[in-house]
Amino acid sequence: MPPAPAAAVPGGDQRTADERAGEDGLLFPATRLHVVTGKGGTGKTTTAAALAVALSRGGRRVLLCEVEDRQGIARLFGIPPLPYEERTIAATAGGGEVLALAVEPRAALLEYLTLFYKLGRAGRALDKVGAIDFATTVAPGVRDVLLTGKVYEAVRRRRPGRGAERPPAYDAVVLDAPPTGRIGRFLNVNSEVSGIARVGPVASQAESVMRVLRSAETRVHLVTLLEEMPVQETLDAVAELEAVGLPVGAVVVDQIRGDTLPVQLLDDALSGRVPASAVREGLVEARVVRPDASGASVVEGLLAEAGEHDERLALQEREHETLAATGRPLVELPLLPGGVDHRGLEVLADRLTAQGLA
Amino acid sequence: MSAGGDRAPDDAEPLPVDALLDDRQTSILVCCGSGGVGKTTTAAALAVRAAERGRRVVVLTIDPARRLAQSLGLAELDNTPRRVEGVGAEAGGSLDAMMLDMKRTFDDVVEAHASPERARAIFENPFYEVMSSSFSGTSEYMAMEKLGQLRARASAPGGDGSEPWDLVVVDTPPSRSALDFLDAPRRLSSFLDGRLIRVLLAPARAGGRAYARVVSGAVSSVTGAMARILGAQFLDDLQAFVAGLDAVFGGFRERAETTYAMLSGPGTAFLVVATPDEDALREAAYFVQRLSAERMPLAGLVLNRVQTTSLPRLSAERSWAAVVHLEDRAEDDEEDGTAPEALARGEHALTAGLLRLHAARMLRLEREQELAARFSRDHPEVPVVQVPARPRDVHDLAGLRAVGEDLGRAR
Repeated sequence: MPPAPAAAVPGGDQRTADERAGEDGLLFPATRLHVVTGKGGTGKTTTAAALAVALSRGGRRVLLCEVEDRQGIARLFGIPPLPYEERTIAATAGGGEVLALAVEPRAALLEYLTLFYKLGRAGRALDKVGAIDFATTVAPGVRDVLLTGKVYEAVRRRRPGRGAERPPAYDAVVLDAPPTGRIGRFLNVNSEVSGIARVGPVASQAESVMRVLRSAETRVHLVTLLEEMPVQETLDAVAELEAVGLPVGAVVVDQIRGDTLPVQLLDDALSGRVPASAVREGLVEARVVRPDASGASVVEGLLAEAGEHDERLALQEREHETLAATGRPLVELPLLPGGVDHRGLEVLADRLTAQGLA
Repeated sequence: MSAGGDRAPDDAEPLPVDALLDDRQTSILVCCGSGGVGKTTTAAALAVRAAERGRRVVVLTIDPARRLAQSLGLAELDNTPRRVEGVGAEAGGSLDAMMLDMKRTFDDVVEAHASPERARAIFENPFYEVMSSSFSGTSEYMAMEKLGQLRARASAPGGDGSEPWDLVVVDTPPSRSALDFLDAPRRLSSFLDGRLIRVLLAPARAGGRAYARVVSGAVSSVTGAMARILGAQFLDDLQAFVAGLDAVFGGFRERAETTYAMLSGPGTAFLVVATPDEDALREAAYFVQRLSAERMPLAGLVLNRVQTTSLPRLSAERSWAAVVHLEDRAEDDEEDGTAPEALARGEHALTAGLLRLHAARMLRLEREQELAARFSRDHPEVPVVQVPARPRDVHDLAGLRAVGEDLGRAR
């Protein structure tokens, strides 16, 4: 068991190791905001969706957010594009539900202005002179402030009713976040804002967002493949997130291929302990090679492919060791040969639950 | 119209990469595509190949993986093109490479367009530090700016050897949408022509009284609202910052527009990079549509990391059938106690294992080729080159040359 990552986060996790381990074997029992990032093409969106499904089982209510205008969630679940509105996209085992939201900066800003500043005429004036467009498209960074602000709002929202102890509106929020190359800047944008606006409403909002992002309520999970570049980006992102005090959660190793050839056999083949003639005989037996043909090119081709497979396995093993050395819990997901559909998401969710992420 | 030759109707037109590199008219190559498809590697491999075919190349990479950067001799991020030794000299070509440092590029723009006092005021404004280095989005503006600079230097009149490059290869930023860099300058222009900036600048231009009277109603309501949202100090800093940058933005807009025009010109070729999976090809289709809507010159699609085999005729289906046959046979032997020699059992298990590996490979290959064929059916006008998957990542010159070979060998 790797050391609990929370210990590295200043002012973060205050619980004892026993509390952290949790009765139910959860890796991060106190976490309500799961931020999922990874290099492009590693399966970030799929992992985020599977995590939302896993977290919702047993009657829980989970919000799955995306912030990149890609409509990846809609595509994955095979539904029409999501509007800027929280809506149920999946009912899960035990009466749970997953809601989804595609956060759109312009809508988030208008909502924010209406909610917090009761801006009527002045809000429209802002829109008219292009301030809204400027804020959401031209001004770099404002977009990230709005997106993280909306996610923060969803995490903190309480169910309708009376009293301060109302339960939260969502048991968990899963954020399909920007890729590793931009994750540090994206999540830390509010502390940059605090650097500019030291007092005033912007400053206090930014501080509240950062407080949640840096607390035990939040974990940033990194999705990677066992390939050099995604692993390197994962290491870079871990260092970057730690440097700014953002709590790293698990490393999700995605798309692990089932080992189709036992290592002993692979060794036998590549070391020549089993001669090529024996392989040929097998091929003749299987009617891949005619008895009167040499079959040399087929044998050679198959052995060459096995060699490449072996090289890839060795590389993967090395990358796996590198990831293990980060001390982060590694969570593994299989490659689903037929792509990911509803059934596939449930399979991946099972794996996440079995390994303590949900 | 009859389909020419013996190509299947959904086979793609091959992309003649070498002809593109050899064409002296080609002066800018832009590699775009979604994240994780190997854009940077493709850009670097094209640059190496072009240099070794006699072009004088500069490759602008944005945030490359560390080891690839090292392979090009870019140990540090210093925003200046550096010569990559040992590439292209024999063919009369050369290769320089640089990594974009967006803060440095931003600083240069400010210094080039503002008086020293004004530049100092900008640098000291708290907004500047954040905007120039921390906010995502700036890299798109700065990539455009840098491309413009490189191109300007490349086409500088000379003939006396002062003309450093005749080909600029650009790798685009890992943006939310990889075509953000096309949109960024236009967004900036519409902002500059818009009313917001005039409103923000109004107090700073208090001298222009007639103007102030006209806009004062709107100004008081807007700035009032902004002060409420942002706080008065914040608004003051923002106004000072925008006022300070006004001159710089003006110059930058002009340059951005020139760069945009240049990108749609005849010397430019866009290459869309994708991997043979559904997501990346969907993004690629989107790029193709956007580029054609913008009348940007699309040269073709680079389909990266494609599964290959030396046994194309042994299909996934046939391999599986063979595996099943061998394994059934082994079970029979065990049951009827004919007790084959240990070797015989082992050999069959090994052959079955090898066939199983091949079947898995063919399954991938067949699915990839189906996706590629679908793309080509939907976009018959887009030439395609396929680059085979490698067992390991590319991170040295030899690897880049090998990728270049594959790119040059149009399928």
